[in-house]
Amino acid sequence: MLSDFGIILLFILAAIVLIMVVLGASRLLRPNRPNEEKLTTYESGEEPLGNANVQFNVRFYVVALVFVLFEVELIFLFPWAVVFGNVDLIEQTDGRWGWFALAEMLVFVGMLTLGLAYAWRKGYLDWVRPTPQVPHTPSPVPPALYEQLNEKYAPKVKVP
Amino acid sequence: MELTEFVIKSLVILVIFGLTLLIAMYSTYGERKVAGFIQDRLGPNRAGPFGILQPLADAGKMFFKEDFIPAQANKWLFIAGPCLAMLTALMTSAVIPFGDSIRYDGLEVAVQAVEANIGILYVFGIVSLGVYGVMVGGWASNNKFSLLGAIRAASQNISYEISMGLSIVAILMMTGSLSIREIIEQQHGGNWNIWYQPLGFIIFITCAFAECNRTPFDLPECETELVGGYHTEYSSMKLGFYLFAEYINMFISSAVISALYFGGYNYPGMDWVYAQLTSAFGDVAGHNVATLIGTAAFFAKALFFVFFYMWVRWTLPRFRYDQLMNLGWKNLIPLAILNIVITGTGVLFLKPIITALLN
Repeated sequence: MLSDFGIILLFILAAIVLIMVVLGASRLLRPNRPNEEKLTTYESGEEPLGNANVQFNVRFYVVALVFVLFEVELIFLFPWAVVFGNVDLIEQTDGRWGWFALAEMLVFVGMLTLGLAYAWRKGYLDWVRPTPQVPHTPSPVPPALYEQLNEKYAPKVKVP
Repeated sequence: MELTEFVIKSLVILVIFGLTLLIAMYSTYGERKVAGFIQDRLGPNRAGPFGILQPLADAGKMFFKEDFIPAQANKWLFIAGPCLAMLTALMTSAVIPFGDSIRYDGLEVAVQAVEANIGILYVFGIVSLGVYGVMVGGWASNNKFSLLGAIRAASQNISYEISMGLSIVAILMMTGSLSIREIIEQQHGGNWNIWYQPLGFIIFITCAFAECNRTPFDLPECETELVGGYHTEYSSMKLGFYLFAEYINMFISSAVISALYFGGYNYPGMDWVYAQLTSAFGDVAGHNVATLIGTAAFFAKALFFVFFYMWVRWTLPRFRYDQLMNLGWKNLIPLAILNIVITGTGVLFLKPIITALLN
């Protein structure tokens, strides 16, 4: 008989078959008339410039690195969380087990929290905030005149 | 005997697939109807009565659209991207218990594809794999918008995965089991986890929104900045896979929320209903009817959360990227760690007192 993971394998196979069937069916049904224009990379209607493997913000790498640390922490936390509230273990040790486990994990999580605090303090978690640029155009008309005009022609808001 | 069991399991798998796909299909319809309701318009109403056939028409359109792979793109990865996204979305539903069990001819079949004792870990793992679909597709398109969208998606998903995992850990500390069925069984009789884990629930649902790339966290496909984000170059069925995967993920995450925090297939007064049904219809039929009612309760809870996703989508505006990262790293992770500490002391300190008081 199939084990649990055998059934999961069956599930994956069924999903792959489903995807294949759908893609195959749509391949048979759809028209296929490519031309050069259709096959160009979309860049808002302009001619695409160069390769798309552009440089991007280095912060994404830092986030990925910090993520790996925390994900490993999570992997350690999962088995700990399962045995943490175990009634048998607590009874065998007169309740000391729970406190011991909690204290141990607090040390572990505390160190990682320190790491997070370090990254935070160093500014690795700060993202560049967009600063809105107010366009400045030199004009012979003083700004006060514009405001007068706006006030004069502003629609009168009726307060119900 | 073995063959019957195999056939039954295959049937269950097919039914779960069909159900997931059907719900994902009708979520698209539901989304447009909800959008129409919230924006005071009608929504789709042409295909069939109340527009009920609209999803079928959409699927048909996906099949008949021309599909091209950009000349610059990496062909195989371009195809693999949406397939991966769809595959990971479909695989998650394997371990979710939709109901108690069906008795048939002396056999007792659980309404679940696999009773895995590591259920929630499996869901968590597969959800983490979901980021590959987006990343591979966005990278293979060889388009600047796609690449930026994919990197954003990856970065966002991994940031929110940590807080999601930490909020699950708090649940595990209370239940002491990784099996979703076991977690549901422990919530029997109105003893839902939401009463003990309100903070964890808020963290979890926020992270679920971010993992599904739903508004207010839909920055990977932010149309004002990135055209279509990671699926800019996609068309036809491959685009359909990406969109469909999103809706399946929505349903699965709603199902997980209802299982972890809202008692799954438990509902108030189920013992009384069970006793009434078994005395009225006998042991087998009564049990099956009670299971069906439980499954209906499960779906009602899950579909409410699907509705909640839509409600939020048409209520909240999109975050800016720095806001998103600040929320993930500087608010949710410290809160989730705090939640673990609170839960730990609660389990050790309050639980003995409360049980002593109750007895």
